Amino acid sequence: MNFEFFFNNLPELTITGLAFGAIYALIALGYTMVYGVLQLINFAHSEVFMYGTFATLWTVIALNAADANGVKLIAILIVALFASMALSALIALALERVAYRRLIERDAPRLIALISAIGASFVLAELMGLRDRIAGWFGLDDDLSEYVGKARINNSMAGTLEKPRFDVGGVSISSIDIIVIVAAVGMMVLLDQFVRRSRLGKGIRATAQDPETASLMGVNPTRTIQVTFLIGGLMAGVAAFLYMLKIDTTKYDVGFLLGVKAFTAAVLGGIGNLRGALLGGLVLGVAENWGQALFGGEWRDVIAFVLLVLILLVRPTGLLGESLGKARA
Amino acid sequence: MLLEVEGLCVNYGHIEAIRDISFGVPEGTVTTLIGANGAGKTTTLKTVSGLRKVRAGSIRFEGKDITSIEPYNRVKLGISQSPEGRRCFIGMTVRENLEMGAFTRKDRKTAAYREDLDRVLGLFPRLDERIDQIAGTMSGGEQQMLAMGRALMSRPRLLLLDEPSMGLAPKLIQQIFSIITEINEQGTTVLLVEQNAAQALKRSHDAHILETGSIVRTGTGKELAGDPAVKAAYLGGDV
Ligand SMILES: Nc1ncnc2c1ncn2[C@@H]1O[C@H](COP(=O)(O)OP(=O)(O)OP(=O)(O)O)[C@@H](O)[C@H]1O
Ligand SMILES: [Mg+2]
Repeated sequence: MNFEFFFNNLPELTITGLAFGAIYALIALGYTMVYGVLQLINFAHSEVFMYGTFATLWTVIALNAADANGVKLIAILIVALFASMALSALIALALERVAYRRLIERDAPRLIALISAIGASFVLAELMGLRDRIAGWFGLDDDLSEYVGKARINNSMAGTLEKPRFDVGGVSISSIDIIVIVAAVGMMVLLDQFVRRSRLGKGIRATAQDPETASLMGVNPTRTIQVTFLIGGLMAGVAAFLYMLKIDTTKYDVGFLLGVKAFTAAVLGGIGNLRGALLGGLVLGVAENWGQALFGGEWRDVIAFVLLVLILLVRPTGLLGESLGKARA
Repeated sequence: MLLEVEGLCVNYGHIEAIRDISFGVPEGTVTTLIGANGAGKTTTLKTVSGLRKVRAGSIRFEGKDITSIEPYNRVKLGISQSPEGRRCFIGMTVRENLEMGAFTRKDRKTAAYREDLDRVLGLFPRLDERIDQIAGTMSGGEQQMLAMGRALMSRPRLLLLDEPSMGLAPKLIQQIFSIITEINEQGTTVLLVEQNAAQALKRSHDAHILETGSIVRTGTGKELAGDPAVKAAYLGGDV
């Protein structure tokens, strides 16, 4: 074990870990909110995130961010953020409509919806992974391949963004990490307030707790479910944008590992609990990064899941327990 | 008639819970359904509020056919239900529960809303004292008051109450029934389901007796309360 490296770099390792954790947390929100309302794990949520990364990538390339700087660069990034949120939200809403609504309306067992989710996840991933062939059917192959990159390999926007680091008391900090952490935590706080205070948010909580009684209050369950998917999609879109700022590279199957990690974060914090998703994400991100420094990079994922198992042994309902419906305002 | 139910049949799978019942609720009255366990009282109320679909028959509210309107849209028309077993949102505070009751109202920032809130808190001073308490930590009786208060917050024309006295101490039962009368005198029509037949009949204008999904007797509250057969079957000696 590399204790010397670990202790010499503890602040840097922690900040990078928090940045990863913040991204997990944003994705985890989608799992946790849908679970809170439907008691359903939306396994295709990882693909909602994946489409966001491509929306970011394509926007940055199409608007030529590499040659831009200053205000223009910031404008391009804002466009990319909105594109990512829009595409992710669209995919999330489409999932709800195509993969779940009929099943939920007919009270199908949750296991059936789960199979539907896994199927939808494969379909969405492969649509992206085979996009050059699909484009080929329309005779677009050559035009597109150069522009959007080859479908089944890493697609990168590396080099388009400068990522200045700055020094605080001898600790070198990446500006991107700080942006990621602040943006993610800010979004979570906004969402938390929305769910606690707004009328629509209360409708979501009421539906999570008791859908039948909520409908007696005038809450339209289908609308509420849609809003829940929409929020999850928007948050995954933000996560995807931040992920691309940090990592630069994406691929049609990028959602798989990120999705599993985010799902882990949600369970770690207490599935159905918004604040739990944030806490679970941050704990997971930091633990992974510390573990990686101590044991080596190949242990990263092992540590994540050992941590999950250990915490669930002690606290089976996760760190914060409680579901969305029971969450106290 | 504020509410007219005609030829109503409701099934659970193959079980016929309600078989061809018809009754009306005149505007301004307290109308009561009494009957043994499993007679179909709850099913009838749930069908009126829209939680259950009809197999046959129709429901008219203020002359308008609402048979196929979704429950969340019936609230807007003026039908509000305090369900069997209270079903308060136990993770929310008393205030939030009352706000949920007013979910469909567009005037939540106005004086009219404030007035309605005050009226409900005036009916149930206990709720006022506990306005920021989590509903799940309140006693059964307090939760019953909350469920009724919540149902009133939508300012219904028709209030559906499913066994509001269930599980309450005798003194509290008295109190709940006098509040029901008060609500009615303030202008809300009430359709009441009760096991506590003596109290309910005393306070209702009209009453119907349900047996295994059919209405077997209809009369004014007084008539049924004085009827020997009804006394023997539902009033079980004096209460
Ligand atoms: N969800 C359900 N599935 C199957 N059968 C049901 C369901 N709900 C009610 N029933 C049946 O329908 C009949 C009427 O039930 P309902 O709840 O309306 O009775 P009730 O008069 O309200 O009784 P109680 O006084 O015990 O509340 C009963 O035979 C009951 O078993
Ligand atoms: Mg009942």
